[in-house]
Amino acid sequence: MINLELPQKLINIQKMSHQLASGVFRPISRKYDRIEHCDTPEELKPVAQMMASIRPARGGKKEAPSADAGTVNGANLSGIVGGEELCWGDVGLLLSIPGSGLGNAAINAVGTPEQKEKFGKLYCAMAITEPGAGSDSAAISTTARLDGDEWVLNGEKIYCTAGQRGDAIVVWATLDKSKGKAAIKSFIVPQGAPGLTLVRVEDKMGLRISDTAALSFDNCRIPKENILGSPEIADTEEARKKAFGGVMQTFDNTRPAVAAMALGVARAALEITREILEKEGVKADYSKSLYNSTAIEAELYRMEADLEAARLMTYKAAWMADNGQPNSKEASMCKAKAGRMGNYVTLKCVELCGEMGYSEQRLLEKLARDSKIIDIFEGTQQIQQLIVARNLLGLSSRELK
Amino acid sequence: MSQDLPFDLSLSEEQRITRESMRRYAERQLRAIARDADEAGAAPEGFYTGTMELGLGLLPIPEVHGGAGMPRSPMSNVLNTEDLAYGDISLALGTLAPLSFINAVLDFGNEAQQEAFLPRLAQEHFVPATVALTEGRATFDPTQLATKARQDGDSYVIDGEKRLVILGASAELLLVIADLEGEGPAAFVVEQGSDGLSAEAQDYMGLRAVETATVTLNGVRVPAGHRLANFDLERLVDLGRIGSAALAVGCCQAVLDYCIPYVKERKAFGEPIAWRQSVAFMISDMAIELEGMRLLVWRAASRAEQGLPFHREAHLAKTYAAEKAMQIGTNGVQLFGGAGFVRDYPLEMWYRNLRAVALLDAATLV
Repeated sequence: MINLELPQKLINIQKMSHQLASGVFRPISRKYDRIEHCDTPEELKPVAQMMASIRPARGGKKEAPSADAGTVNGANLSGIVGGEELCWGDVGLLLSIPGSGLGNAAINAVGTPEQKEKFGKLYCAMAITEPGAGSDSAAISTTARLDGDEWVLNGEKIYCTAGQRGDAIVVWATLDKSKGKAAIKSFIVPQGAPGLTLVRVEDKMGLRISDTAALSFDNCRIPKENILGSPEIADTEEARKKAFGGVMQTFDNTRPAVAAMALGVARAALEITREILEKEGVKADYSKSLYNSTAIEAELYRMEADLEAARLMTYKAAWMADNGQPNSKEASMCKAKAGRMGNYVTLKCVELCGEMGYSEQRLLEKLARDSKIIDIFEGTQQIQQLIVARNLLGLSSRELK
Repeated sequence: MSQDLPFDLSLSEEQRITRESMRRYAERQLRAIARDADEAGAAPEGFYTGTMELGLGLLPIPEVHGGAGMPRSPMSNVLNTEDLAYGDISLALGTLAPLSFINAVLDFGNEAQQEAFLPRLAQEHFVPATVALTEGRATFDPTQLATKARQDGDSYVIDGEKRLVILGASAELLLVIADLEGEGPAAFVVEQGSDGLSAEAQDYMGLRAVETATVTLNGVRVPAGHRLANFDLERLVDLGRIGSAALAVGCCQAVLDYCIPYVKERKAFGEPIAWRQSVAFMISDMAIELEGMRLLVWRAASRAEQGLPFHREAHLAKTYAAEKAMQIGTNGVQLFGGAGFVRDYPLEMWYRNLRAVALLDAATLV
């Protein structure tokens, strides 16, 4: 039965997450935006312990429910609901919680039981982007070669979230560049592995407290068993597609989660803006049509509608994942929508509040800075558009470049 | 009211089956004749009689009054509205006009009023009926009505002018929303042929396939019992917002589905224009905004169905749909280029029809 309200179970998760966001994240949000470079903030350590004890196994393959079992609201949707709340508190701090790394998601999704046992409890970053390869992750040139019982990695990685603070880094590298996507594998590189160097930690526009590292691998050696998935290079077209498709599928689960970040950031900005404007006597009570409202009320309606549209699209993509439905198109649709919504809403809030929006005395300007990256990482707006368009038009990546 | 249901976008078995047949009907019986009806300024003879096979009006009328006695379902009505508008917005509006009258009587009429009016609509032939709310002012606001009613002994006397009334000239029963002296907005059932009632069809930019009339009430007198007992203007307006947004969703889906094969087939510089990002991204944007429109409408409707407040949700759905529908409509024309502008193709007609979404008060369509 069609119902777009959340069940009590998820409302509870929402409330708990909100408490954490308002009790722990918000009070230190500005402080760490200014500090920017430091070790894991002390305030986050108890949070990490708590989350480790309640974290559901993310990204694992859900059993498709049987047709008559009814709909399921599972880990994906609850992750979205909780994620929005936490990001309402602070996205940068959320990404700085030990254990929250993308690498953890990858290990959970495709790791062997031994790998999960060994690395599952650690803080694992993911390193994909290189100076010469961003969205076109198939073009990466970091190499891995087997030498006896060890893999030897060579290359450079940039924009690696938690690359400094993480205990280990899941690194994408190619076994043979001439073999394209099929030869790209990921490897778990523990911090301190010989040949791994932290080159620098980036200074950024937003998400400042989250460490974004440049790493270099110079004959970096790791044990043979640290490869995620099979070391075989698929040799048929079909198998190649499947192998890289498997890697990309991880993103079908994580894109809605990133969209949820934009929901939280935008909602935070909109709430602060409403509060400021209400003091000036601006109230938008949904009575007048858009065209009979003042310009400032109309903006509030537009922003709220845009936020709600993005939220429902994100819920839908997560709900599909929970119910075993392929959601590649919907995951990209919600990421594209939420990414641009976040930018539009947070910047408009800065604009509407004038000096109060621009000032560092409030969080509006910070939220606008933080939101920008959400439309870039985990696939830019334009990449999401490509995925959606190819899907709708039935075109290959060769046809629609 | 908390039923603690899971978040769920799956249609019920019944909704799925209805959806299939409704879509088929919309394509064969509405889409196929829409252009001719647009040119002619009217639906062809017998069109509305044909729509009786859908049983839309009969469904929610209680069995004692001659209907099927199905529960009143804004959500199912939204799905039907989307599907009919997938065929054509104008013809969907005409088809659904009696249902909006029926829904209003169900929502706002007391037992005696339901007994008085519903059996007249529970017929095997199409009985035109409608709701008249809109007035001809640029800043029209349904809470500030220029149409006035006053009590005079055992009856009410209504004066004013209603515009853009769907089937306004042929309706046997009209629900006229007027400002009742001393009490505020009220709803009155006005019968065709009443003294002082006149109606004249008007031409608009779009919605040409359906009769859109200016209804003039010049001292029209109705019995006291014709004032719906439990009228709630906010509910009427909110359901109307959902209804017009649902029409937009259906038509925008038609635009998208029509554009996709065209851009894959149409070649420029030796390859399909769909291979160009500037074209492909317009398609993905249409799909993204359409998805947002649909989910906002569904949320508002499902809240209405569950008896939850839906004032805010209806507003957001309408706000979003009105703006995005224009964008999708104009991009449909753009993607077809010159072919979008000529009347051989439906794009320009859809664009003209979608222009109505923002100003249309679809009353109790859902």
